[in-house]
Amino acid sequence: MSESITVERIGEAPHEASFNDYVQLLKPRVMSLVVFTALVGLLVAPVPLHPVEAVAAILFIALGAGASGALNMWWDADIDAVMKRTARRPVPAGKVEGGEALGLGVALSGISVVMLGLATNVLAAGLLAFTIFFYAVVYSMWLKRLTPQNIVIGGAAGAFPPMIGWVCATGSLSLEAVLMFALIFMWTPPHFWALALFMKEDYHKAGVPMLTVTHGRKSTRLHILVYTLLLVPVAVGAALTSIGGPFTLAVAVALNAWFVVGAVRIWRRDEVVAEADKYAVEKAVFRFSLLYLFLHFGAFLVEAALKPYGLGGW
Amino acid sequence: MSFRPAHEIHKRRFGRNLGLGLVLGAFVALVFALTVVKVQRGEPMQGYDHVVQPEAIKQ
Repeated sequence: MSESITVERIGEAPHEASFNDYVQLLKPRVMSLVVFTALVGLLVAPVPLHPVEAVAAILFIALGAGASGALNMWWDADIDAVMKRTARRPVPAGKVEGGEALGLGVALSGISVVMLGLATNVLAAGLLAFTIFFYAVVYSMWLKRLTPQNIVIGGAAGAFPPMIGWVCATGSLSLEAVLMFALIFMWTPPHFWALALFMKEDYHKAGVPMLTVTHGRKSTRLHILVYTLLLVPVAVGAALTSIGGPFTLAVAVALNAWFVVGAVRIWRRDEVVAEADKYAVEKAVFRFSLLYLFLHFGAFLVEAALKPYGLGGW
Repeated sequence: MSFRPAHEIHKRRFGRNLGLGLVLGAFVALVFALTVVKVQRGEPMQGYDHVVQPEAIKQ
């Protein structure tokens, strides 16, 4: 019986899933950002963690992020199939069935949360569970198709990893952890809206209320500026805490000045000018925003590395 | 007598099985290493057996 089904399915589906298709369900590019920010959160914490525990913690945080990615791909398969950028994802491409993505997402969620709890502490595991719930249920299932502020809300899920990394080491929350969360949270909207301005994806057709569609592109440009300005005190504030120091403060001031100048340039342009140079400024600001986050968290790391030599920190 | 050459789908399945095997192997190694670290530190270990525990006796 099972043999005949297998033969039938082989005939029907020549694209039987490979190992890589399952890896793609976990959104490896997002996972790499999660690994980096969680690692920084863990390493800048004042309490050292045993290297084996640290490796395990980062792996399970990344696995939790991957699980929420699989749940997102299961839920959003209909949207993904419509948009060009996401149409080749394993579920809409027919390589992996929706049910498999759901199963993998649920199983990895459970494994990652339980294992993080055993490897580090219950608070870190609870935060990881909340992050998965927030991304899969609150963002993907509930608010993504309901409000044009979906990017802002979704950004919260991406902002948790450094906070979880910190809690893995210390066992408690603190101002530093909250500011690292706030840094990514405030950074996400200008980063994605800059992308939305020049990608022009068919969100409308997919039924996703993107700000560029619901409020117009002029309003999106203003939103980018406002969020970039709100990001400044958060970034500079983080540099003034125990994870910062003169080096981090200098990096924060330079990066934020650059980002604000870019946001002002985006705000002052209109579509005619932007079309004329093929969205050169929007593309440049988007690329810079990636560098911004990497350098900011890199600065925290450098500051922590300098401390044993009496150079870093306040 | 010759075996039929492996179909592409079997190669893909082999890759999938190999990948899963390596992941599970790595998981076992990680759990073992974590166990060693936690046991060596020995924080939550206290055997409530027939040994007198002075700290448990009220002064």
